[in-house]
Amino acid sequence: MHNKTIAELAKGLRSGEFSSVELTTAFLGRLKQHSSLNSYITVTEDLALQAAEAADARLAKGDAELLTGIPVAQKDIFCTEGVKTTCGSKILDNFIAPYNATVVDKFNNAGAVMLGKLNMDEFAMGSSNETSYYGVVRNPWDVNTVPGGSSGGTAAAVAARLAVCATGTDTGGSIRQPAALCGITGLKPTYGRVSRYGMIAYASSLDQGGPMTRSAEDAAIMLQTMAGFDEKDSTSVDLPVPDYRAGLNNSLEGLKIGLPKEFFGEGLNSDVATALEAAINECRKLGAQVTEISMPTLKLAIPAYYVIAPAECSANLSRFDGVRFGYRCENPADLTDLYTRSRGEGFGKEVKRRILMGTYALSAGYYDAYYIKAQKIRRLISEDFKRALSEVDVIMGPVTPSTAFGIGEKIGNPIEMYLSDIYTIAINLAGVPAMSVPAGFANGMPVGLQIIGNYFAEDRLLNIAHQYQQVTDWHQQTPKGFE
Amino acid sequence: MSLTADDVKKIAHLARLGIEEQDVASYAKDLSGMLDLMTRMSDLDTDGVEPMAHPMDQVQRLRADAVTEQDNREKFQAIAPQVEAGLYLVPKVIE
Repeated sequence: MHNKTIAELAKGLRSGEFSSVELTTAFLGRLKQHSSLNSYITVTEDLALQAAEAADARLAKGDAELLTGIPVAQKDIFCTEGVKTTCGSKILDNFIAPYNATVVDKFNNAGAVMLGKLNMDEFAMGSSNETSYYGVVRNPWDVNTVPGGSSGGTAAAVAARLAVCATGTDTGGSIRQPAALCGITGLKPTYGRVSRYGMIAYASSLDQGGPMTRSAEDAAIMLQTMAGFDEKDSTSVDLPVPDYRAGLNNSLEGLKIGLPKEFFGEGLNSDVATALEAAINECRKLGAQVTEISMPTLKLAIPAYYVIAPAECSANLSRFDGVRFGYRCENPADLTDLYTRSRGEGFGKEVKRRILMGTYALSAGYYDAYYIKAQKIRRLISEDFKRALSEVDVIMGPVTPSTAFGIGEKIGNPIEMYLSDIYTIAINLAGVPAMSVPAGFANGMPVGLQIIGNYFAEDRLLNIAHQYQQVTDWHQQTPKGFE
Repeated sequence: MSLTADDVKKIAHLARLGIEEQDVASYAKDLSGMLDLMTRMSDLDTDGVEPMAHPMDQVQRLRADAVTEQDNREKFQAIAPQVEAGLYLVPKVIE
């Protein structure tokens, strides 16, 4: 059962081949059996079984949706009413969310069954899931390597079939990079496409939630449920949501693919490059035309991002002050001590590093040199994307410079860790959508192909990924021990 | 550009963020490394470029000035570290 797609499961639930309670029980068994991956922070077994019973009743009545009765999981950044919501941090270890994120409401309304809350880098700050207060997540393809981050728990759980599909969020690559390192499909939608209400903020002008699944078709089904205007999110975009499955079977004949030469130069592992060349060749065979393009501002994405994201993080995380919710230190001497120690004891080192960086970049005397300069570069990067995407339909490239690295290998060197986000970060600065699609293996570890599209072209990205997945089976590979 | 231990302590104070004395040197080193990375931004001439705060260049959406939220005080205070008589308690601020 656990290897079926959403569409196949939906069919099985309707034909009576299995019930949602049976399906949910099977997944609960699997995630307990494989708890050593540490992909879940909280398992909501009782709630899941209740939701499964309700789904079975809805299926029997005949008013079910595609996701009704399907076991899913939420990244622990999405608030879930009555259920612990930690964001991977000690400061929220005691936080029972008083309301649901809009995304969570949408899954509930669709009748999906939530199995639990997934591990992640603390406040989504990290590229390896090693900054989580709840411990490192293991990559099911090689348990001595990281699953990527920040949506590392999601990627590991979906790759190991411990959930049919699950949510992620992406501020600088946090859906695409772990999807690539764990060999699954991940889509970061256009900024504003999916509501951020109840999704704990890291860098508000960059954060975007999206689906992480086995296949592009599953991603289309999940995005259909997640996307749409939300009055409760002031940056939500009020545009109609297309039928994401309608165009999956469109031909790629005449599709124009641009390959930025900046993406294929120094720093890209040669085995990864070889896998990507083969993937791009498959697209050629499907009728696409491939041209080299240039995006000269891409190299400035990392410095601009590491000003803008920490600046927004330092402002957003000021709400964790030990007064209204979350961790409070013991016996504060005065109000300043209460703030300082609650935050000092509640946040981990990477979060502190980014709060310090952001506070500095926004402080008097440095604001223009760092923050305004970074925002100007952001404009130029965004213009580079607009120009490129007026010449080609999509841009393709790597997601990561290498396959999954070892646990402990990079955590001591934060700058080196930041540099590994080189291919994903510019996309968030521009706000365009992008996907990571399984594109083979290098030395036995998964490689992801990145497909970047124009604003609100999620349907086109899903179409290309789906067509590619009709002629390849990389997305159907399962790590050993998790068959 | 490099930051000293004193710089780090000053920034931590601005952020009301407790950091361990033994970690100050490593923060100074990491932040200096990040600032070095950022000096690359000066390679690009950005004169006359409008700063971009948001991918959609949206303006704030307006709505009618009507009550849309219900009173959730009890629900929200149930998860607070310390409350009394509907108020959030903190150490005494004014003597």
